[in-house]
This record gives sequence, C-alpha cells and structure tokens, in this order.
Amino acid sequence: MEILLPILVGILFASGLYLILHRHFFKLILGIIIFGLATNLFLFVIGRLTRGNTAIIDDDVTIASEPFADPVPQALLLTAIVIGFGIQAFAIVLIKRVYQAFGTNDLDDLDKTDKIHEELLSEGNTQKYDQQD
Amino acid sequence: MQHILLVLPLLIPLYGAIACLFFWRKLGVQRVIGVVTQLSLCAASAYLLYKTDTTGILTTQIGNWQAPFGITLVSDIFSSLMVLSSAIVGIAVFVFSLRGLSNARQLFGYYPLLLLLQMGVNGVCLTGDLFNLFVWFEVLLICCFVLIALGGSKPQLEGSIKYVTINFLASSFLLTGIGMVYGILGSLNMAELAVLVRSAEANHGLITLASIFFLVAFGIKAAIFPLFFWLPASYHTPPIGISAFIAGLITKVGLYALVRLFTLVFVLNQDILLPIFLVLSGLTMVIGVLGAASQVDFRKILSFHIVSQIGYMLMGLAIFTPMAIAGSIYFVIHNILVKTCLFLISGVVYRTYGSFALKKLGGVYLQQPLLSLLFVIAAFSLAGIPPFSGFWGKFMLAKGGLEAGNYGLVATSLGVSLITIFSMTKIWNEVFWKKKPAPTEEAARVIAEANTAHIGVLRLLHLPVVVLIVCILFIGLYAEPLVNLALRASEQLLNTESYVNAVLHK
Repeated sequence: MEILLPILVGILFASGLYLILHRHFFKLILGIIIFGLATNLFLFVIGRLTRGNTAIIDDDVTIASEPFADPVPQALLLTAIVIGFGIQAFAIVLIKRVYQAFGTNDLDDLDKTDKIHEELLSEGNTQKYDQQD
Repeated sequence: MQHILLVLPLLIPLYGAIACLFFWRKLGVQRVIGVVTQLSLCAASAYLLYKTDTTGILTTQIGNWQAPFGITLVSDIFSSLMVLSSAIVGIAVFVFSLRGLSNARQLFGYYPLLLLLQMGVNGVCLTGDLFNLFVWFEVLLICCFVLIALGGSKPQLEGSIKYVTINFLASSFLLTGIGMVYGILGSLNMAELAVLVRSAEANHGLITLASIFFLVAFGIKAAIFPLFFWLPASYHTPPIGISAFIAGLITKVGLYALVRLFTLVFVLNQDILLPIFLVLSGLTMVIGVLGAASQVDFRKILSFHIVSQIGYMLMGLAIFTPMAIAGSIYFVIHNILVKTCLFLISGVVYRTYGSFALKKLGGVYLQQPLLSLLFVIAAFSLAGIPPFSGFWGKFMLAKGGLEAGNYGLVATSLGVSLITIFSMTKIWNEVFWKKKPAPTEEAARVIAEANTAHIGVLRLLHLPVVVLIVCILFIGLYAEPLVNLALRASEQLLNTESYVNAVLHK
C-alpha cells in the first residue's frame, strides 16, 4: 500500500500547480492550499514510513530498538503545517481584499503596475496614504 | 560570552518588536523603542563581526543540545558581515520612515514588522541548520508580505498578490528540497551534511537532484534569470520606507543562502552545476539591465537593476575561486548599501516633487544640488566607476574570472556595466538635469506641501541618504579593510574544515 502515497503526493503536486496557474482567484487559493498539502505529505513520506513502532525508549535500555518511526520528519511536518497554515490564512485574506478592491476575479486584470507608461502608480493611489499630518 | 553574542541579533529585534506591540496606538513610544533597538542591534552586530574576525567562527547550541541534534547558530565572517550591513540599512530606513511614511501606515504596525523582518534576516544569516533556515525564511517572508501590503492601496495589493504567490511556491520547493536532503542523508545540520556529502558512500546523483530544488527555491528568492519576474512587478509598489529595505536586502539574503549551501553542502558534481551558474549569472545580468534601460519610472529602473546586480553576485559562485567569491561577498555588501541608498533618494525626490515618473520630474539639480551630488555618487558606485565601491567588487570578480579563464562572462559583466551607466544617465538627465515640466495637479499639491513643511522634515529625509553615502564612500575610497574581510570570508567558505570543526567538535 505504500506505493499509493508517493502517487498521491505526485497527484497533489500536479493539481496544486495546475490550479495556481489558473487566472481565477478562488482556484489560486485552492492551488496554494493543495500545493502546501503536497509538500507536507512529501516531507512525511520521505522520512520513511514505519507502522506501529513509536520512538519511545523503554526504561531499562539506552537506545531504541529497530524498527522505530523516525520522529524528526514528524516534528518538521508539524512546524511546516503551522507555518503553511499561517501563510495560507494570510493569502486568503489578501486575495479577498484584492477581490474587494478591484472587483474582479481574474488575475489578468492585475497588470496595471506592470505597464511601462503607467498612470496608476505615478498619480493618485499611493500618495493618499503617504501624506503627513 | 559567545552564546550571548550570537543570540543578540535575534533577541534584540524580537524584544523590540514585542515592546512596540504593547504601545500599539502610541507612535511616539514606538519610535523611541525603535531608535533604541536599532542602535543596540547595530552595536551588537558590529561587535559580533569584530569577535568573529578576531577569534574565528563562533557557534552556539540552542538549549545546549549538542551539534548534530539541536539547532546550531554559527557566525563566520560572511554571515556577520550580512548581519552588520542589514543593521546599518535598518537604521537608515528607520530614520527615513519617521517622516517618509504616513502616520496611518506607521500606526498599522510598521515598526514591529520592520524589527521582526530584521530578526528573520539575521536568523537566516546565523543559523547552521537546514530546517531552521526554512523557518527563518518564513519569518522573513511573512513580514515582507504584510509590509508590502501595508496600507492596502491598489498598486500594493497588485504587487503583493504576485509576491505572495511566487514566494509561497519558492518556500514549498525549499521544503521539498529539505525533505529530500533529510531522506537521502538523514541529517539537517549543515556541518554534518558537509561531512556526509563528502563521505565515500554519498549518492552523488540524488544529492545533486536535491540541490536543484534549492537552486530553484533560492533562485526565486534571489531573483535569478528565469525566475525574477515577480521582482519588478512588486518591489516598486509599496512606499519607499518599506520598499527600500526589502529591495536593498531580501534578494541578497536569498543569494547568501545560495552561496552558503553551494559552498558548504552541494559541492558534488560541480562540472554540471558551475556551467549552469555561469549561464544563469550572465543572463541575469544582461536581461536585468536591458529591462532597466527600457523603463521610465525611477523605482522600476532601480528594481530591474537589482536583478542585474544579482547576476554579478552569482558570477562569483559560478567562477568558484577564492578571489571571485570574495568579489561576490564584497559586491553583496556594497549592493545592499547602494541599492537602499538609491531607493531612499528616489523617496526624497518623491516627497519633494510628488512623482516617480521620469517625464514628470526635472530640474532637481537646480533646487537640490546636494541631493544631486549624492545621487551621482550612488549611481557611479552602482555602475562601478573607480574609485567608488562598485568598482572594487567588479574588479575582484573580473580578476577572479580572468584567472579562471572565464573570458566570456567577464566581457559580459563589463558590457553590462556600460548599460548600467546608460540607464543611470537616463535618470540623471530626466530627473536632475532636464528643465522642469509643468507640474500636474497631484505633484503641485505635494510640492506645495513640501514647501510649507518644516525645513527639519526635509533635512531628516536627507540624513539617512547621507549616512549611507558616507558608508559607500568609506568602503570605496578605503576599500582595504572590507576587501581583506571579504577575502578571509571566502577562504572560510571554501575551507569547509574550519566550519565543520567549529560546529561539531566543541
């Protein structure tokens, strides 16, 4: 059954990347979440899977007896999940804010600051926030 | 004593940020805390550099877990140089934003965020553990995300969505690479990895494959050629008080990680990796500078120049001789100072004339000769005219390249310098030299505001620029100390024994 996990990781990576490449905001959010999940699962699988053997050392011995599950990837995974959760939460709020500010769902509409002869940046918007009292 | 020194660059900004959070709506208190924190951070970093230079590589084990198992903090000359220059830039940006950033933005947590960002930068530079490196990068990135979006104007939102998405991808690649390294070698401590990689049973193919993940991840963060498009799309959107720090520092931190890992850990199969670096660095230089030449916005020209300069820093890694890597180190430090300085100058121009667009500016030379002089010094430093600081970096890189026989890359780098001069001349002609065009409504308002503003405000805006110019002139006109430091730092990087011994055999 272990062979299923790498395949699942591959599918998650592929679909995450595919969704990130979409222009739609909501699909971008989904893509970011799924890509993060794929990374976390990858981290878990590559730490080698050992079933039913925790790395708890008994009182009377000094080193754990083989086989035992490596606790390091799990610790890394927990950290990565928490960090990923924070970033995804920020990304979702940001994307919602962008949707409210621009009233569009399409990433292709967000090209105003990329134009060489731009008006949006040079005039208006940023200044309002930069005034002194 | 060692232990305290290594932890201080992390603790000082952390405590400063926490103290700021207690005074959320009180800007005056936050500013006082900011001044104290920035100055003590700078002093601590300077002392760290002094100690590292005199006594060799410093290490400390967090929580007293011995080296391969716990988190190690390591400082060699390169990392402490990075920490010191980030502290100097931090002071400059902090002073600028006292008057250069709106109070509304400052009230939304600008000071704590700036401090946490500095903590992240210092963490990346000082850590000796691969996963810890990832965590510090995330600390740094989330602060960047919030700072770029701070204030929530339309251009900023546009810029930040691009920045967030691509940097999230980069972090995922980094995490995947770290997972692979752990799966292959079974360790995350960089010193132990350096030993394991060089042992007989290391699997060269797999390790090189993992290193490509790191190359892509840090390539995105450092804005190397095919991966740089997010940079000119986002760096010019936030106000100068924010973008000067991010533009000056963050890409160089990515490059720092690249240099660290590819001199310490991923040194196998260099006959494959170095030619890749060679091509990438040449293309990064050329494409970046061509992009800059086509732009007509002060900040966007500077943003594209960041990309171009990253190519020079990568060039040292591609040539991989002590002289060339020392050139890279010198160039990184020089570029952090010069780039921040140029961004701050564009901010001063904006605060007095109300625009970043070249065609709407003009005649600054007549009204502010001092600022024009400062710009000329910074621009010449960036382009590498002797005796300013960029010259020494490029000289060392070119010397290293010629000694190693990389004539093509050296020729490219010198050609790119010429185009750098061209685009700096463009800014000079348009902003400082040409006759002033009739001001638009928006510009007229800002100009009127600037005229009525207290003269002390404008002086305060000039102060950080002057400080940075003094630093640039110092490392340019009296280059010997920094050149020697860079040479010693590159020796330390290439002679990995000393790093490994310092971490593992305490």
